Amino acid sequence: MVDLTVELAGLRLKNPVLLASGTCGYGRELSEYFDLASLGGIMVKGTTLRPRSGNITPRIAETPAGLLNSVGLQNPGVKKVIETEIPWLAKQGLGIIVNIAGESPADYAAMAETLDPVAGIDALEVNISCPNVEAGGLAFGTDAKVAADIISWVRAKTKLPVIAKLSPNVTDITEIARAVEAAGADIISLINTLQGMVIDVETGKPVLSRMMGGLSGPAVKPVAVRMVWQVYKAVKTPIIGMGGITTAADALEFIMAGAKAVAIGSATLTNPCAALNVAEGLAEWLVAKGVANINELVGIAHRG
Amino acid sequence: MKTGKVFAEVKESICLKPGFYRLVLKASQMAKEAKPGQFAMLWPTKSQEPLLGRPISLHGIDQKKGEVSFLYQTVGRGTALLANLEAGNEIGILGPLGNGFTLQSNAKKVVLVAGGIGIAPLLPLAAALKNEGKKVELLFGAAKCDFLVGMDAFADLGCAVAVATVDGSLGQKGLATDLLKDSLAKERPGHIYACGPKPMLKAVAEIATESGIPCQISLEERMGCGFGVCMGCVCHQKDENGKEKLARVCKEGPVFEADEVIWHG
Ligand SMILES: Cc1cc2nc3c(=O)[nH]c(=O)nc-3n(C[C@H](O)[C@H](O)[C@H](O)COP(=O)(O)OP(=O)(O)OC[C@H]3O[C@@H](n4cnc5c(N)ncnc54)[C@H](O)[C@@H]3O)c2cc1C
Ligand SMILES: Cc1cc2nc3c(=O)[nH]c(=O)nc-3n(C[C@H](O)[C@H](O)[C@H](O)COP(=O)(O)O)c2cc1C
Ligand code: FES
Repeated sequence: MVDLTVELAGLRLKNPVLLASGTCGYGRELSEYFDLASLGGIMVKGTTLRPRSGNITPRIAETPAGLLNSVGLQNPGVKKVIETEIPWLAKQGLGIIVNIAGESPADYAAMAETLDPVAGIDALEVNISCPNVEAGGLAFGTDAKVAADIISWVRAKTKLPVIAKLSPNVTDITEIARAVEAAGADIISLINTLQGMVIDVETGKPVLSRMMGGLSGPAVKPVAVRMVWQVYKAVKTPIIGMGGITTAADALEFIMAGAKAVAIGSATLTNPCAALNVAEGLAEWLVAKGVANINELVGIAHRG
Repeated sequence: MKTGKVFAEVKESICLKPGFYRLVLKASQMAKEAKPGQFAMLWPTKSQEPLLGRPISLHGIDQKKGEVSFLYQTVGRGTALLANLEAGNEIGILGPLGNGFTLQSNAKKVVLVAGGIGIAPLLPLAAALKNEGKKVELLFGAAKCDFLVGMDAFADLGCAVAVATVDGSLGQKGLATDLLKDSLAKERPGHIYACGPKPMLKAVAEIATESGIPCQISLEERMGCGFGVCMGCVCHQKDENGKEKLARVCKEGPVFEADEVIWHG
């Protein structure tokens, strides 16, 4: 038997494979396709203080080996999520990470305070990087000072591990990584989507109703691997890597670049069992290569 | 557990008219589970290009043979790749997905309104309604005669078929909704089902609501996943109190009660 358990700043996962926020809802639909307990954890849909109806459609546009989305954080609000989703999820036997997004540092703090005592939650992922909302979102994640501010507000309100989710839409990802580490982030997750646009040449108009959207899927993978590599060198904080992971080999790239865990996003949209396949593929790979413990692989690409 | 994404063998892939194709797949599990009005996500290639599945309605459900069929129009890259398929090829499939039509058991006569390729999901519905001994009338409209496909199968089932084209190249000159108004004037059906372009569906919904006839329509929206996780495909609905709420076309739909849809634009 190979050992797939990983521990990131107190967050213990039975394997390093997570479902990425916004691509798995609250787990109910996917639980009809496979046993969620076979994964390390789930990062639930971006949750806000008040319910949000999101952007108007079209919200999805396909791109070469990827997609743009401008869903705009449609969610029922933190109260409803606690009442209707967490109790069910808590029985599924996987780590529960609640992804939170706000329009102000105070919003984030209020949500952290509300979520802190809720049974079943294992960590908070602070989304300071959503490109699809008017207020806050991306703007928070591209300014090191604001990013640090939000993390420290959240840090002050919870004992749960705090994950800072970084935006790739910056010139120097290590600057933001250092800032959130200093502000008290326990874990760093990256990448969120890259801002992009698609224009329909027949109509001469952008395809998405909101014009711009966030790019994800295989197309972004090299960018994400590069950023994980840079952040691994810059900080001590454990990393959850994501961006275009479809196979176990993709996941291994992130792990070798320095990620302790990985999240599967867009690949789930193209196959509900994608994350399960990655988790099983990782175990098979370790057996085939005679590696006893997945942790031995973390960051090995950095060795001279 | 539901069946996840699997690969299915193409039994038949034929061009019916320029731009219109029929695809038959060996997919016993899907054939066993599928209901009229449901759809499947289809991936024409095994590579990551194109990445997303294409939502296509189930057009034929043959449990005995373990086959399902699809009727589609080529409009872009994904459907063009589907058109290149040959018998023996394999394609990725996920489904059946969505809710499907509700069969109205007390209606003696039902009317089906199809606009263009919107005819696709109505065939298995017609078959099920005929099976229950109902009188079924298909009202089929399209821009021109070249865009009218698939109606013979309805006639074969014993449905009455009326056709309208905008340019008058076949049947009555006009719209499917003109046929609907004429039909309602002659005999009031117990139920209306419709699938087609949005303006047509909106007009059908208005006519049905005005005449107080229950009506279900099948909506389209761009999809990411097709099974409810990405929130890409929402449409606007009225809840029990008439307040606006969001529904996923892929999960709560694609079939909705006509009087519950809120039409924006
Ligand atoms: C529930 C449902 C059932 C459908 N059933 C049928 C059917 O039986 N026969 C048929 O011919 N068509 C059907 N459609 C429409 C069909 O999905 C699109 O024509 C098809 O996805 C176009 O793909 P493409 O790659 O050729 O076009 P492109 O324009 O290249 O596609 C780009 C992207 O936009 C999406 N897209 C483009 N047009 C539509 C559309 N009208 N609706 C939804 N997504 C779209 C594609 O899926 C793809 O992700 C259905 C749509 C839905 C939502
Ligand atoms: C449809 C969709 C919705 C998303 N919603 C969120 C969200 O609510 N919160 C968030 O932090 N990230 C969200 N993301 C970003 C993903 O969690 C992930 O960071 C990104 O897509 C890169 O991974 P991938 O290439 O595997 O998809 C969303 C992505 C997609 C495709
Ligand atoms: S297409 Fe993803 S929720 Fe409907």
